[in-house]
Amino acid sequence: MTETLESTADTGTTLHEPRGTLHDSWVIARRGLIHMRRQPEQLSDATIQPVMFVLMFGFVFGGAIKPPGGGSYREFLMGGIFAQTLAFATFGVALSIANDRKNEIVDRFRSLPIGRGTVLGGYALANFIKATLPVVLMTITGLAIGWRIRAGLVHAVEAYALMLAFVFAMIWIGILLGSLVQTPEGVNGIAFAVLFPATFVASTFVPPESMPGVLRVVAQWNPISTLADSLRHLFGNPASVPTANSPWPVVHPIPYTVGWIVAITVACAPFAVRAYRRSLDD
Amino acid sequence: MAAPAIEATGLVKTFGAFTALDGVDLTLPRGAVTAVLGPNGAGKTTTVRILTTLTAATAGTAIVAGFDVATHAHEVRRRIGLAAQDATVDHLLTGFENLVMVGELHQLPRREARDRARQLLETFALTDAADRRTEHYSGGMRRRLDLAVTLVANPEILFLDEPTTGLDPRARAELWDVIESLVDTGVSVLLTTQYLEEAERLADDILVVDHGHIIASGNARDLKRQLGRDRIGVTVIDSARLDEAGDILRRVCATEVEIDRSVRTITAPTSTGLGGLTTVAHALDDAGIEVEDLALRQPTLDEVFLALTGRPAE
Repeated sequence: MTETLESTADTGTTLHEPRGTLHDSWVIARRGLIHMRRQPEQLSDATIQPVMFVLMFGFVFGGAIKPPGGGSYREFLMGGIFAQTLAFATFGVALSIANDRKNEIVDRFRSLPIGRGTVLGGYALANFIKATLPVVLMTITGLAIGWRIRAGLVHAVEAYALMLAFVFAMIWIGILLGSLVQTPEGVNGIAFAVLFPATFVASTFVPPESMPGVLRVVAQWNPISTLADSLRHLFGNPASVPTANSPWPVVHPIPYTVGWIVAITVACAPFAVRAYRRSLDD
Repeated sequence: MAAPAIEATGLVKTFGAFTALDGVDLTLPRGAVTAVLGPNGAGKTTTVRILTTLTAATAGTAIVAGFDVATHAHEVRRRIGLAAQDATVDHLLTGFENLVMVGELHQLPRREARDRARQLLETFALTDAADRRTEHYSGGMRRRLDLAVTLVANPEILFLDEPTTGLDPRARAELWDVIESLVDTGVSVLLTTQYLEEAERLADDILVVDHGHIIASGNARDLKRQLGRDRIGVTVIDSARLDEAGDILRRVCATEVEIDRSVRTITAPTSTGLGGLTTVAHALDDAGIEVEDLALRQPTLDEVFLALTGRPAE
């Protein structure tokens, strides 16, 4: 034992030069990805759930609901469930932060010579990659049940880019939430209380025009609705049809959604970083 | 090399109205092992957290490995290894993956990080468990892995925060062996512990802390002379003869004795070691008092505290 130990303290320690936050964040992100692989049950919000929603709503309600401008309900549904699933990405980040606080590995990271934003960058990167999983799975499921991309390649690429941008914004909210809420149970509680209404009072499953007064207004201004409608437009699928007295977001879903993405990022990022740091301080 | 590994002066840390550290001075010479000994809540972990840059001191300065923790945290972090009180390894990662991850975060190239991981697993007798998730490790294995992780980047200074708390005696003895062999390699170590025995076995110098103050310091022999001599403990079989046995101890050891009637045990400090024990044994035998247990033991932390502060450790 002693022989091998000799190399541990040739106390003229060789110090390695830093290779940058991106390298370090990727090392921490790889850990996050291993976690996801080893706890597949925690991935259900990104795997089983969206696929089930597509199949259930597509087949169970498909016959009863008519898209506003006519056409296939299943095609209308896809944009909605894409938007809903991406909104849930918030919780992946929040949960990983809350879980790590519980098992104290954060102290290990903090005692290492890595940049200040590294650990957060790692969470963000891992959850960004995680968020692409349901997008791929839903695309396959959608194609299998008759959903088609009808507006050409360029618009399709724009649609997927918009989804990734939306995830990026959601991750900041997730960091903020994971830093403010102390326990994983708390995070789950908020997920249920906030995200379900936020994604249901929207054009996700039914056109807002069919909703009563206040709900309709909320749904029309809800960025999840406009993300869903943006995707529907970009994929060439049936979407909300604006009328003369539709509010601005319904008429211009894409700029409205992009505006939200920018606003969330600009407003949340500094708070999120600060809240995260403060949550680590004693 | 003349500069000490750690030089801290006047460290104060308050949390709101609560003062966790109240002016701690501490010097750790290069290549030495210093133990910070004290009960829960004495400020041991707070001291370690300040010196390892995890928390900022309210007042005072600390130079660790030649750099100020307040202004050059990054440089300090490159040169230290911390084994925190709760082994901070990732439960879902294997032992090997944990080591490689920390190696890479210490900026080791991937291949080097892997070689280093294998080497450390071997050193700490964890090769067989290398590819198992650490959630399936025993407490002792997890501590050994934590120590291995701490050594990934050949630190100049090691911080071990209560390295054996919660371990069974066998795992504790194994870990002591490991720490001793580390010390032989010349690394500087700051160790916190609640066990006098541990401090004595591993450290050159011992600082006794209580309520954020250092209340005594020196090597184990000095300290013991100063505050806690060895104890002779006698447990008699017949409780009716407890007082009689107490008189014998009082006479032989020439000190006051403590009598605990509930367990029929008498304890007396002694400085005569084995000789005193033999005398007591003969005296009890001559009086015909039957004895269940007779032993010479070291003072416990409680007794050390009693001697130093006039009250038991909390």
